[in-house]
Amino acid sequence: MNKKLLSIGEYVLVAALVVASTYFLGAKVLTNEFLLPMQASEQAVVIDELFGIHWWLIAFFFSLIVVFMLYSVFRSFIVHGLRPKREGFGEYMEGNARLEVVWTVVPLALVVWIAFLGADSLGKVERRYAGPVEINVIGTQWSWRFEYPTEEGVSVVSDKLYLPVDKPVVLHLQSTDVIHSFWVPEFRVKQDVLPGGEAFTRDLRITATEIGAYKVRCAELCGESHWSMQADVQVVSEAEYEAWLVQAGEDCGDEAVACGQRWATQFGCVSCHQAADGPIVPTTGPTWLELFGSVVSLDDGSTVTADETYILNSILDPNSQIHAGFRPDVMPKNFGELLTEEQINQIIEFIKSLGQ
Amino acid sequence: MFLRSALFKGLLGQAVGTVIGVAFVWMLRILFGAAPAFPFDAHREPALVGGAVIGAISFMVFAGVFDDWFKWTRGESTPDHHEPDKDKPGWWRYFNVDYDHKIIGVQYGVTSLIVLGAGGILALLFRIELAQQGITFLNNEVFDLLFIGTEWYQHTSAADLYNTFMSLHGMVMIASILLGVGAMSNYLVPLMIGANDMAFPRLNAFAYWVNVPGALLLLSSLFLGGFDTGWTGYPPLSVRAPIGVQMFLLGVYLVGLSSIFGAINVIVTTLRLRAPGMTMFKMPIFVWAAFATAIIQLTATQLIGLSFQLVMFQRLLGMGFFDGTVGGNPILFQHLFWFYSHPAVYVFILPGLGVISELLPVFTRKPLFGYKWIALSSLGIALVGFFVWAHHMFTSGMTSYLRLPFMYSTLLVAVPTGVKFFSWAGTLWRGKIHLDTPMLFVLGSIVIFLLGGVSGPPNGTVATDLHLHDTYWVVGHFHDTMFGGYIFPLFAAIYYWFPKMSGKRLNEFWGKVHFWVMFPAFLVMTLGQMYVGLHGMRRRIADYDLGPVVENVQFWITIAAFVIFSSILIFLVNAYFTAKRGEVVEGNVWNSRSPEWQIPNPAPLHNYSKQFAVIGEPYDYGHGDEYVNMNPAPSPAGD
Repeated sequence: MNKKLLSIGEYVLVAALVVASTYFLGAKVLTNEFLLPMQASEQAVVIDELFGIHWWLIAFFFSLIVVFMLYSVFRSFIVHGLRPKREGFGEYMEGNARLEVVWTVVPLALVVWIAFLGADSLGKVERRYAGPVEINVIGTQWSWRFEYPTEEGVSVVSDKLYLPVDKPVVLHLQSTDVIHSFWVPEFRVKQDVLPGGEAFTRDLRITATEIGAYKVRCAELCGESHWSMQADVQVVSEAEYEAWLVQAGEDCGDEAVACGQRWATQFGCVSCHQAADGPIVPTTGPTWLELFGSVVSLDDGSTVTADETYILNSILDPNSQIHAGFRPDVMPKNFGELLTEEQINQIIEFIKSLGQ
Repeated sequence: MFLRSALFKGLLGQAVGTVIGVAFVWMLRILFGAAPAFPFDAHREPALVGGAVIGAISFMVFAGVFDDWFKWTRGESTPDHHEPDKDKPGWWRYFNVDYDHKIIGVQYGVTSLIVLGAGGILALLFRIELAQQGITFLNNEVFDLLFIGTEWYQHTSAADLYNTFMSLHGMVMIASILLGVGAMSNYLVPLMIGANDMAFPRLNAFAYWVNVPGALLLLSSLFLGGFDTGWTGYPPLSVRAPIGVQMFLLGVYLVGLSSIFGAINVIVTTLRLRAPGMTMFKMPIFVWAAFATAIIQLTATQLIGLSFQLVMFQRLLGMGFFDGTVGGNPILFQHLFWFYSHPAVYVFILPGLGVISELLPVFTRKPLFGYKWIALSSLGIALVGFFVWAHHMFTSGMTSYLRLPFMYSTLLVAVPTGVKFFSWAGTLWRGKIHLDTPMLFVLGSIVIFLLGGVSGPPNGTVATDLHLHDTYWVVGHFHDTMFGGYIFPLFAAIYYWFPKMSGKRLNEFWGKVHFWVMFPAFLVMTLGQMYVGLHGMRRRIADYDLGPVVENVQFWITIAAFVIFSSILIFLVNAYFTAKRGEVVEGNVWNSRSPEWQIPNPAPLHNYSKQFAVIGEPYDYGHGDEYVNMNPAPSPAGD
């Protein structure tokens, strides 16, 4: 057979293998269905479209290099044997300037194109709608708090994020201590939550499209219990959302214990201190079960009776008396500012109700 | 005998210096009424930091790193080269301050492998924790015993341990890689360009030895409450972290000094000490990679030092650089940090990519395809690498529009990286391929670095990065680039140049076993990491609740991590037995054109007894011309 024809045949074979491998990887393996969690927001649709393009590019370039490599090894086996002698050489070729220019310019064009698509997607993801639902999100080591401003200026506060379906929402994100990051995987988008006050408030726009339960997960390392800094997200119909707002906004009534439980939940106390019945489990902070009236051993070896003064002191100045087995500088020191005196007293009533 | 070595003297010096430093700062603070005389516990941070700084300086003085310089300042002269002491055993030079670049290279290399082992063990510890859902391992009481008498006694929580192990794993591995890069540049660059040593041998010794107190400080953080900040150490978290974070900041500072001084040496050596006839475009390609690496190290390392120093000051002196409530800005830190830490990843991979380009022609028996393009692509990557740092901050809340230019510049890195891949494929094409162990590692590097490369662009486009940022996808992508760009090439280099270092060749069979165990395990590990990341697994978390599929994958990632670790044990055993009674090989083991293979194994004391001349192209396999003439006619007068 003609040597040149053989050479062309070789290229055709490799090209066919690259195409086959690209198709297999792109259509059968690297699919959004296999690789991504469910799509639950308008933003997710845009982002997944771009993911789809990326998967195909990955399939192609991975196939291209690996097929060339494996074919070269395979061909060397055929031509030179499994264990070729040290003497002798491969086919002499120093390089090819035209080829080098091609594989510089073509990827360059590709890069500009994909960056353009990226910019376009970003624009769609961050699209602003008129009259969005506004919610303040406050991240604290290690819990989330959500405030729903209403027309009267009264906020509903919750430890769960309720979102009306198909309504544009803008979240105003703020942190009270270190950097956190707001991420619901099903919504795709993510935004860091910064400390430092008003100037560092950042916005995140989401339009949830699927009714259901999700979780917001802190994505920026924020200290000891970073892994458990999660909160429930409920996407509900608009009617349900309105009904929930009214119900959650109702006065907590005269029941000090019930009010205290509500504040303890909303302000994240119970994400570190166990308040739910059952066997005592290790948590970030000392348990509240059967705490009141008990004798607490402190870090410095002394003991103290857990009375109202001790608990009040522990809330306002957490470092002053450290429960043995726990570390200082873990609990936020700003609850005196966040909570009113009445709320703190109600929380203490709630702790009292938990036994002893 | 060991008690008289520089290493031991240095360690002793560091211990003494630390105590003196602590006492000195403590006394000052008592004198000025800033601290109570008792208990020590209350305000010990400034004293410990002072002790750590004095301790590190004492290490260097006691080890004798400054000896020659001190003599010069006193007006005494010293010999250019200190000849090795004939009475001392062979290992003596490696434990003492030596100015021979080959000794320093091996010192770097061995230290790097020890530190690599430490980083690996840390990874295994937290991988066991992640193998299944729930806190199951790090709450074991054994860890309480481990930390008796330290900051953590009675305070150890599983999450704290996890965070510290994970943070230390990151930084310890980076230190290991920087040491390994130092090993390769130091050992290879002078040999390849025909120099008898580096341009500044004493500075070279300094750059190596400063790593030792640095690494010790880094590991000491484990016993000072650890640090839960990740290797990135973002404030305000790092401002609120335990004292361990100070040791981490100082340790990185010292390792950074090593980078800067090492880089000056590599740059000057490359520019000034090349053999006659060796123009820049006739250098072995690895030297190009080392040169580009050194440029980045010399010009970017200062920024991480600065950013860490500012955090130290904020902790010690209350300067609110990164505190938004007093006029500072937490995002500023991230800019400073990534201005070094992104180019740094090119420091980690460029030497490895240089090894791939260096070895491919030898094992395919063909010229390197597009030599100039590969050489310039290294410089291209180094240059573009300076303009992409903010892609680590797409979700950080920095000025919004800045994300667009950084997206374009980031994706641009794909172009010079692509040139390397295509050129490698061109080199392999129609080659006569020898699948010796070094070549297996080279081919493995290409596949794994390719995975790291193609998984990059989804992080580069802002919209998709909003999902990927801070997830295990990034963890997988990063490990691919590090293993493909550093670990696999490092082993290729060790198997390839081991005869040059020791005169013996590593066992081929066990070398191949090492590769075939490590390579598939590594693929399982990173592909698994990318999968769980896409499905919602965040980085740096001690526990997760993402359902049975993710838990299954996590389990296999842990198994893979153990398999990788055992493959490295296979390598160590192989290296030990080879050094003891391996096959002695003389001359040009791999039939290479490169000058270092034209001299005996192991390389003689002063490398080349006679200056060689470059008369041809470095990779012209298949052409009659030689690359170097080892025995050139004496040049005419003057030279």
